[in-house]
Amino acid sequence: MAVSNDASELKVATGAQGATSAKLSALFAGTMGPLIGLALLCLALTLTTDTFLTVRNILNVLDQITVLGIMAIGMTLVILIGGIDLSVGSVLALAAMVMGFVAHPDYLNLGLAAGVIAGLVVAGLCGLVSGLLVTVTRLPPFIATLAMMSVARGLANMITDGSQIVGFPDWFTNLSIIRHFGFLSVTVGLMMVLAIIFAIFLNYRATGRSLYAIGGSAEVARLSGIPVKSLTNWVYAICGVLAGLAGIVLAARLDSVQPSSGLGYELDTIAAVVIGGASLSGGVGSIGGTAVGVLIIGVLRNGLNLLGVSPFIQQVVIGVVIALAVATDTWRRRAQ
Amino acid sequence: MSTESRHSESPHNGLFVNGLCKSYGPVQVLADASFDVRPGEVVALLGENGAGKSTVSNIIAGSTRADAGTIIWRGKPYSPANPAAAIDAGVGMIHQELKLLPDLSVAENVYVGRLPMRGGRIDRAGMNAKASAQLKRLGLDVSPERKVRTLRIAAQQQVEIAKALTLNAELLIFDEPTAALGGEETELLFQQIRKLKAEGMSFIYISHRLDEIAQIADRVVVMRDGRIVARHERADIPVRTVVEQMVGRSVERMFPHLSPPREETLLEVENLSSPEKSFNDVSFSVKAGEILGIAGLIGAGRTELVRAIAGADPISSGSVRVEGQAVHLSGPAAAIKAGVVLVPEDRKAQGVVLDQTIGENLAFGNFDHVAPKGWVFPKAVQKFAEAGISRLGVKGKPNQAVSKLSGGNQQKVIIAKWVSRPPKVFILDEPTRGIDVGARAAIYDVIADLARSGMAVVVVSSDLEEVLGLSHRVLVLSRGRQRGILDRSEASNVAVMELATS
Repeated sequence: MAVSNDASELKVATGAQGATSAKLSALFAGTMGPLIGLALLCLALTLTTDTFLTVRNILNVLDQITVLGIMAIGMTLVILIGGIDLSVGSVLALAAMVMGFVAHPDYLNLGLAAGVIAGLVVAGLCGLVSGLLVTVTRLPPFIATLAMMSVARGLANMITDGSQIVGFPDWFTNLSIIRHFGFLSVTVGLMMVLAIIFAIFLNYRATGRSLYAIGGSAEVARLSGIPVKSLTNWVYAICGVLAGLAGIVLAARLDSVQPSSGLGYELDTIAAVVIGGASLSGGVGSIGGTAVGVLIIGVLRNGLNLLGVSPFIQQVVIGVVIALAVATDTWRRRAQ
Repeated sequence: MSTESRHSESPHNGLFVNGLCKSYGPVQVLADASFDVRPGEVVALLGENGAGKSTVSNIIAGSTRADAGTIIWRGKPYSPANPAAAIDAGVGMIHQELKLLPDLSVAENVYVGRLPMRGGRIDRAGMNAKASAQLKRLGLDVSPERKVRTLRIAAQQQVEIAKALTLNAELLIFDEPTAALGGEETELLFQQIRKLKAEGMSFIYISHRLDEIAQIADRVVVMRDGRIVARHERADIPVRTVVEQMVGRSVERMFPHLSPPREETLLEVENLSSPEKSFNDVSFSVKAGEILGIAGLIGAGRTELVRAIAGADPISSGSVRVEGQAVHLSGPAAAIKAGVVLVPEDRKAQGVVLDQTIGENLAFGNFDHVAPKGWVFPKAVQKFAEAGISRLGVKGKPNQAVSKLSGGNQQKVIIAKWVSRPPKVFILDEPTRGIDVGARAAIYDVIADLARSGMAVVVVSSDLEEVLGLSHRVLVLSRGRQRGILDRSEASNVAVMELATS
């Protein structure tokens, strides 16, 4: 016994020097391709425009990706366990409308704090219901969240019968405007903190690692004693809460809430996660990868705007980028 | 040319394979393979995984092309460009994983791709009648309109054979046809093969089950590392000789020496029944250090029984006690906590996450140990994995993907996942399914070691040799009922089969 212990410690010791680089590569595991793509994109835009590589523009890009970024964190968890959430755009709108309805003086006027909490709770419940439809009713995630997408959008419209709610206190809208320390708005900071927390969760918490097991094979995970159903419910609930939070950030940015907001956001979010190297069949993906995916979409939109490319052509370009990103990833995997 | 000389030497109208070679890049998977199959003859092709059996069959069946070599089939040169060409020439292959369309009917599956037409529409009545006739020829009484999904695996295989018959196949290649069949179903298949043989059909028969070869084959060809290493003119050769030719070294022994069990009883199962009655009123106990084998035909309820004991499936009544303490079987997590662990039947779907590393796979299920406060550090996982790997002699590194390992090493990873806890009751369902003969002995040694360390071990297997060679006692199930528990001294092939078919 003693001999084998010594041997294993020896191997650990030799492995230790590679630990820091191993940590870095773990954070961006499988994201080298997208990372290189992002670098090339930035390089190209720096050369073709005067305005891309300016502090002001980079901060703009960060502001523009906060909503997408926060939603993409939740979507990463869902896709990791082999699921999908089509309802995030609608849940975003519903949470924002609930917040406006509870907080705004024209309606319940209970204060913004109550509004934010109510919005997040409703969003979380939407996610939980999707989760239960998947785990208890055994609906395929695509169908469960497609249903939730319709229900949440309908509810969002019912609250004010389709009209928007405009005008929130200055301190609220300032969350996305004032740049503390000269660069960091509260909303951008929030996105970054959430990304770091969830990256740590996925990499270093037993529960986070368990999500990789569920995505790899739910039956293996279950037979290993991992509580697959309850974790699945939690993941959908968290994805809902993060979509709700994104809705509140959007409200701060726009100083209004409207039931039609977030239309089609679910597809942008899924695209960002997939560009970041996650596999739609589950078990593969990381927050680091998703961050790169979100940045690619953000930089691409920003760059095409700077170049004066029409929004219609932008849609075409983004579609091509999605296909290209996933195709290179598939080729790379096959080559291994 | 050797082709001509061989042809004239033994002038029969069957299949002559001459000097087939095949390489993938630098790897030669087939080197100078030559053999022949006479009309009305079954030739068994034996070898470990990767020996080249599948490559040679795929070349004959048209799904792979050879780099060099010739084939003569019914007196003419034959080199099928694709499976369709092979079928046109009367050569069919029944794959291990059946290639049927589960949501189409039996008749549609038999005639898929060549549905009989009449007046621009599918002639369903004619198709059903013809399919029905072929099924009857095989002694299968099943409606041609039934969906294939609703048939048992054995019946689905019959549909594949019926399909080959309607294609006028003269040579059928079977790739491990009995891997998913029970004893009775295997016997039925053999009867059909004998009948078709008498009609002049030829067969190439690939199997891992050496005991079957003596029953069904006329001649035996043994392959190793892409070469043919032995040809036997008769099939009743000693198993040991064949195994040694397959693995290329002398085999000391297959099964380890068993130490006697200890006194204390670890596992007690009492009147256990499943909600679907897949097993009913089963009671037994296993002592520390004892290996209990569970034998029975496919569908006897063996897998269902052990899955229930491990908390993987619900029970309707009865109890399970470990060290006298009742186990609340609410799920796998509860069973694991009580010290009952399962190495499941389907290694790739239930045992390991293939795309993840050995370290990750070992950590799943051991987070309470690897991460006592919920924090998982790569170093801790690495250390834990190193320990498991060295304890079981897994040929791999912690950061290596499990998909890159051989079946035997994957199985060791699953055992390693549980062994450090340490569990009290270790259940293994089909521990050597799909594992090379040469690697099996290592798994048997591991299982004997588990018992020697004081665990109660339960082994389910369809391989009777394995159950008899490895168990202190053998419990026999038949149609969900417990037919008896035989002691090692009284357990024989005949005694077990008598109970299993009762």
